[in-house]
Amino acid sequence: MSTSTQAIVVEYELPHAPAKVWRALTEPALVAAWLMKNDLVAEVGRRFTFRAEPIGEWDGVVHCEVLEVEAPKRLVYSWRGGSGNSKLDTIVAWTLEPSAGGTRLKLEHSGFLPMNAMAFEAIGKGWRGHLAERMSRALAELA
Amino acid sequence: MQQQDAVFRALADPSRRAIFEQLTHGEAAVKELTARFDISQPAVSQHLAALRGAGLVRERRAGRQVFYRVEPKGLKPLVDWLSHYQAFWVERLGKLQTLLREMEE
Repeated sequence: MSTSTQAIVVEYELPHAPAKVWRALTEPALVAAWLMKNDLVAEVGRRFTFRAEPIGEWDGVVHCEVLEVEAPKRLVYSWRGGSGNSKLDTIVAWTLEPSAGGTRLKLEHSGFLPMNAMAFEAIGKGWRGHLAERMSRALAELA
Repeated sequence: MQQQDAVFRALADPSRRAIFEQLTHGEAAVKELTARFDISQPAVSQHLAALRGAGLVRERRAGRQVFYRVEPKGLKPLVDWLSHYQAFWVERLGKLQTLLREMEE
């Protein structure tokens, strides 16, 4: 995934066993407690939705399909939503790795743009790459 | 939202994306882009017009030549979107950690 499209990557070290973290990521009632109401079934090919309060033009619905399931290691689903012509078509991937303290949890939300050579990757870690160098100064001036 | 749509639509086309990426390396004239991409000059001009319409590139006339360069401000809608989701996930993962503490092993 090193050449992935620009993605958001968030990693946490959690003091809980992978099996427990897996439950919090896959059991609808638990997922609803921290993310959104949903009818998630962790089986490849299952379609489900997340539902939030509508905001502005957005109807509050995220349309998903389970793409990968490997309990308790990896869960991937599509994340589609938006309003009008502004259709967000992205992928959310969860990776769980056992660690000394419990679980290393990684979230990767990717596919915001179908562009490979651009340097939006890992924006959570700051701007990177040649494009970033050229643009960061200009963007800073906007703020 | 509309500006965001325009940016996404403009960059959804592979040729336009390639032209845009090329321009991130520096200013270029239509002729140079035509030579590089093996696309007809009218087609290149059309792609540039679309990129300009989305606010992604800027043109500069020098005599009979027109040079194009990236307009960094044009990417702001995308940066905003990514920033939005970045903040969203950090906030939700905070809630996940609270839930995990409350759950039984």
